[in-house]
Amino acid sequence: MPTNEAVQDIGLDDYKYHFITEDEPVFRSGRGLNEKVVREISAQKGEPKWMLDFRLKSLDIYNAKPMPTWGGDLSQLERVLGDIFFYVRPQERMERSWDDVPANIKETFDRLGIPEAEREILAGVGAQYESEMVYHSLKEEWEAQGVIFDSIEDGLRNHPELFREHFATVVPPGDNKFAAMNSAVWSGGSFVYIPPGVELETPLQAYFRVNQEQMGQFERTLIIADEGSRAHYIEGCTAPVYSTESFHSGVIEIVVKPGAHFRYTTIQNWSNNMYNLVTQRSLVHENATMEWLDGNLGSKLTMKYPSCFLVGERAHGSILSIAYAGNGQHQDTGGKVIHAAPRTSSSIVSKSISKGSGRASYRGLCKVYEGSTDAKSNVECDALLIDEAARTDTYPYIEIDENQSTVGHEARVSKVGEEQIFYLMSRGMPEEEAMALIVRGFIEPIARQLPLEYAVELNRLIELEMEGSVG
Amino acid sequence: MSDAPILKTADLRAKVTDEEIEILKGVDLEIRPGEIHAIMGPNGSGKSTLAKVLAGHPGYEVTGGSAFFDGQDLLELETDERARSGVFMAFQYPVAIPGVSIANFLRTALQARLEDGDELDLFDFQDILLERMELLEMSPSFAERAVNDGFSGGEKKRNEILQMAVLEPALAIMDETDSGLDIDALKVVARGVNTLQKERPEMAVLLITHYQRLLNYIQPDFVHVIVDGRIVRSGGPEVALSLEEGGYREYRQLQSTVSAA
Ligand SMILES: Nc1ncnc2c1ncn2[C@@H]1O[C@H](COP(=O)(O)OP(=O)(O)OP(=O)(O)O)[C@@H](O)[C@H]1O
Ligand SMILES: [Mg+2]
Repeated sequence: MPTNEAVQDIGLDDYKYHFITEDEPVFRSGRGLNEKVVREISAQKGEPKWMLDFRLKSLDIYNAKPMPTWGGDLSQLERVLGDIFFYVRPQERMERSWDDVPANIKETFDRLGIPEAEREILAGVGAQYESEMVYHSLKEEWEAQGVIFDSIEDGLRNHPELFREHFATVVPPGDNKFAAMNSAVWSGGSFVYIPPGVELETPLQAYFRVNQEQMGQFERTLIIADEGSRAHYIEGCTAPVYSTESFHSGVIEIVVKPGAHFRYTTIQNWSNNMYNLVTQRSLVHENATMEWLDGNLGSKLTMKYPSCFLVGERAHGSILSIAYAGNGQHQDTGGKVIHAAPRTSSSIVSKSISKGSGRASYRGLCKVYEGSTDAKSNVECDALLIDEAARTDTYPYIEIDENQSTVGHEARVSKVGEEQIFYLMSRGMPEEEAMALIVRGFIEPIARQLPLEYAVELNRLIELEMEGSVG
Repeated sequence: MSDAPILKTADLRAKVTDEEIEILKGVDLEIRPGEIHAIMGPNGSGKSTLAKVLAGHPGYEVTGGSAFFDGQDLLELETDERARSGVFMAFQYPVAIPGVSIANFLRTALQARLEDGDELDLFDFQDILLERMELLEMSPSFAERAVNDGFSGGEKKRNEILQMAVLEPALAIMDETDSGLDIDALKVVARGVNTLQKERPEMAVLLITHYQRLLNYIQPDFVHVIVDGRIVRSGGPEVALSLEEGGYREYRQLQSTVSAA
């Protein structure tokens, strides 16, 4: 078989959406993170005083907390953070309709190849471009049902009480260094409220991307699924390639009230120089169900562990995640489930693919507090190595303080075997296609859970990443 | 039927890649369109190796001799190119491809045979698949199962034959497809192969087997005996019958005198 290093060097693992569209931000904060930047952000947004105070307090916490020493390699991060812009606002005002969206931004969507069908669904979408929502509309029937689907800024402005009651209750700024950073400089993200008993058939979707070179993106999303409601929120994003390192640190907070059912799906595909450190957490009340479906591609380092805090009786949490670590990438992902009530149940299914110098780590926590009788949890991790060099490791942390509970853990590592490739090739498939089919099969249990267009997109992204994995 | 062989090997030699273990020590075979050849031989004599070398398995390296398929130099072609030109091997030990349904697998394999830009018609495909499954007495739901994942030995073998039926090769190499099949399944598979050959009389078959039993259902035109990487005897169906009687003893002796010489 031909081995051609040159071919691999042209950037098979490189991000495929290598383009930058011209646009001029209206306001750009200075480089680095300090009190002045925080005050500027808050003033630009015309925020109430309590939010400015919250931001400043969070900045203090951020400064006081040391960099984590676990997870991925953060040694270069200090330098990166000194260099980035913490706030960029591309446009003066929120766009009301798709027609108002500037041509260069549409072009970006175009080049991302968002299918026509998906654009139609964009009728009900908040598409976040850089730090702000540029386009935000809500399906009328949702509005009629009292559903709120706004930018986080509008959420704060238009629904101050509801906002303040829940904001930072799931992820307090003191939770971790990056949650503190986000709390200080957050900008952009969604605010979602589903009233009691409302069931949404069509998922709420947000499409966003980072586009300003060296811009940090700190989106903040707050979702409240009120009693007995049922909804699905989808967020996907892709970022273009830049030569300098970039940074993304989001916070997603979800409150799932009694009897509600909420699913949050995200497929993230960052450029290879991106640090992606996200805190996603849900508070799940009695008889409620929270499902995280999390796909991570690209980035230099991703550290992301969607969590479910099961605080009410019979609360259920499920985390399905898929990570792809190509050359030079480290995906440190997994999930956390905290059982803090009787008869709570949870399941984590984590699948990872690593290739070349890529490294995928599973890091998971299952904690069962005393008194959480008859709690049940099951963890399954499944790693696929594309070649000999690829690496995977598993860090399951299990803490059980309740004897009357059941926790299962299962980990598997498999390699794409020469025999499998030969088998498919002997049926006429070229080697690349054989590899792609094996990988598609591997992620099938997760792709099956996605709406069709996202499953197609996930497969397409992985295929792009896989190109040239055959030597 | 044309007289030009579909497959012709001459003094074909092969060893394990990266090692000095020679397995095929000069194999001469000539198979014409429509012919059925059986290859028999003791365990470890090189039958599967021959099949895999013909299919282009990267674990083996051809060290000498030649192999021509339909007039082209087979050894120049990659595994997938061989398959697309009409070589098919039913595996002795098929591997599992989790998460990939048989239908999806076959669709991808057929799509790979089309010109760039041509799309397989999914309705036609569905029809072909269902019709072939019926021929092999398989339930349609079987096509939704992941390829060989958790299959019983017999299911794996049937799946190989289903693939052969859908892909319609010019040369079908069947490596011990009979082992692991119960007597009813054996009949179904044999009937399947016979039907396929009736539909396309030019299809050539190379059957690797240990047992006369299969040859009662699929009548070979030629039988070859392979011992220690060489064909030591070729003849008609009677060769298989004599093996049933006397085993490989006489060939082994023959072999040792050959090696001693
Ligand atoms: N990859 C390999 N590495 C080392 N030895 C090998 C390898 N492949 C085959 N062999 C050896 O070559 C010989 C022939 O193997 P092969 O599988 O072709 O036998 P076979 O005739 O098909 O046997 P059986 O009837 O048991 O299926 C055996 O001794 C086997 O151990
Ligand atoms: Mg064999």
